[in-house]
Amino acid sequence: MHVRRLELTDVRSYAHAAIDLEPGASVLIGQNGVGKTNLVEAMGYVATLASHRVSNDAPLVRMNAQTAVIRCAIVHEGRELLVELEIVPGKANRARLGRSPVRRARDVLGALRLVLFAPEDLSLVRGDPEQRRRFLDDLLVARQPRFAGVRADYDRVLKQRNALLRSAYLARKVAGQKRDLSTLEAWDQHLADFGAQLLQARLSLVEQLAPHLEDSYQRVSAGEGKAVMEYKATTTPGTILEVLAQVRDEEIARGTTLAGPHRDDLLLRLGELPVKGYASHGESWSYALAMRLASYTLLRSEGIEPVLVLDDVFAELDTGRRERLAELVRDAAQVLITCAVEADVPESLRGARYLVTPGEVRRD
Amino acid sequence: MYEGPIQDLIDEFGRLPGIGPKSAQRLAFHVLAADATDVKRLALALTRAKEEVRFCTSCFNVAEAELCRICRDPRRRDDALCVVEEPKDVVAIERTGEFRGRYHVLGGAINPLEGIGPDQLKVRELMSRLSSGSINELILATDPNTEGEATATYLALMVKPMGITVTRLASGLPVGGDLEYADEITLGRAFEGRRKL
Repeated sequence: MHVRRLELTDVRSYAHAAIDLEPGASVLIGQNGVGKTNLVEAMGYVATLASHRVSNDAPLVRMNAQTAVIRCAIVHEGRELLVELEIVPGKANRARLGRSPVRRARDVLGALRLVLFAPEDLSLVRGDPEQRRRFLDDLLVARQPRFAGVRADYDRVLKQRNALLRSAYLARKVAGQKRDLSTLEAWDQHLADFGAQLLQARLSLVEQLAPHLEDSYQRVSAGEGKAVMEYKATTTPGTILEVLAQVRDEEIARGTTLAGPHRDDLLLRLGELPVKGYASHGESWSYALAMRLASYTLLRSEGIEPVLVLDDVFAELDTGRRERLAELVRDAAQVLITCAVEADVPESLRGARYLVTPGEVRRD
Repeated sequence: MYEGPIQDLIDEFGRLPGIGPKSAQRLAFHVLAADATDVKRLALALTRAKEEVRFCTSCFNVAEAELCRICRDPRRRDDALCVVEEPKDVVAIERTGEFRGRYHVLGGAINPLEGIGPDQLKVRELMSRLSSGSINELILATDPNTEGEATATYLALMVKPMGITVTRLASGLPVGGDLEYADEITLGRAFEGRRKL
């Protein structure tokens, strides 16, 4: 799979920009702050319907514009598919697939398979558990778009259940009354139902991903330590209802849901030690990179070659790691690399060159 | 901003569901331009609807009398009761002509985020109807979304111990459509609810 053309209208710093791309390696070169990352962010948006940098869509739309439009032509097995997204902050996005509108923007998920590594990914290893849950869920959705629905349903039920617990908590604390919790059992059942589907899928994903992670880290770091990932669950898929019953009193006392996939974490270790708090900056960086490369290898092993994007990664790596990374990704169907200094990118990856200047991208 | 009555009218229209500021303005000027008799008729229809339309004391559907048309109808079956969220759902099911039993309108669905629980809905009234003993089947026809599903589960949990058969409307593929156009969730549910031929 490769992206043949990306066209942006009123996206971030671009009033209008179009870039024609080729299979194989391409390098986007430009100084800091000229908008290189905006380009790959837009591609990431087409793949996941979310930005990897911000959680709300408003910053994606250029100042003083109402909507942003991303057009992305994707070639897969000789066929071209055009995905068009119109981002309207605060409202539902509109989408077209092959020039015909789809009912929901969610329907374009799966059209572009993309693995994006960016500096923000350092938070995968250093940040909150939420970042790691999102990493797993995004990968789930990339492999089986159905999970976008499961995740949305789970979140909705969770929100409702939390609202109910919260009102019980407030009624007790403020008015000293007992609040009617008779509907809690119904919410429990739905939470357990969607939660079990999500949890089961995450568990099997981690099982499949773990060997790829070990391998990728090994190859990037040339044998310095073994990368291990382990899913730390608050329940098992079959015991969500049981665990909820156990923590019920505490849930009412605290006014929130205390067990389920939304409280789980992905433990990352290097040898015996957790990465968070113990690994050096370079090790953490390589670890985060290995997680993305593992996703890439996993997606690839299923027969569809994803597009790989390496946003500003080489500057942070030593020469050895740069060369080994280049070796790893050289045979990718398409790899897009952004950098400020071209010399940071190993020779073997210097394919097509694109110069990025404020508001403009031009093939060199 | 306009002055006096015209702005009041725009504001009132703007409070209606689905009417934005532009539409409200258009409606208000339409009223100004219309015949005085037409406007009087509209005003009368509004006040009459509010004053004369009542809710059926049995099923809480909209009614003109103490009981609604369906509750008054002696030909309807008394042993099957269909629970819906809104009066408009009754109309939708009636259009199918499939159901000859009676209805119960809850007035919404359980929605903790909006502070709606069983006490805000006609749940207690439903339970007292069910305890009369003449009902054998309860059909849960709440919306197939998060809140509607939770409401159905809640009612099923409450009613099961009473020995009444509880059924839920099937969800699945639209008739006359193409399989390939169904979204994954609908198709997944249709798979789950497949039946033997």
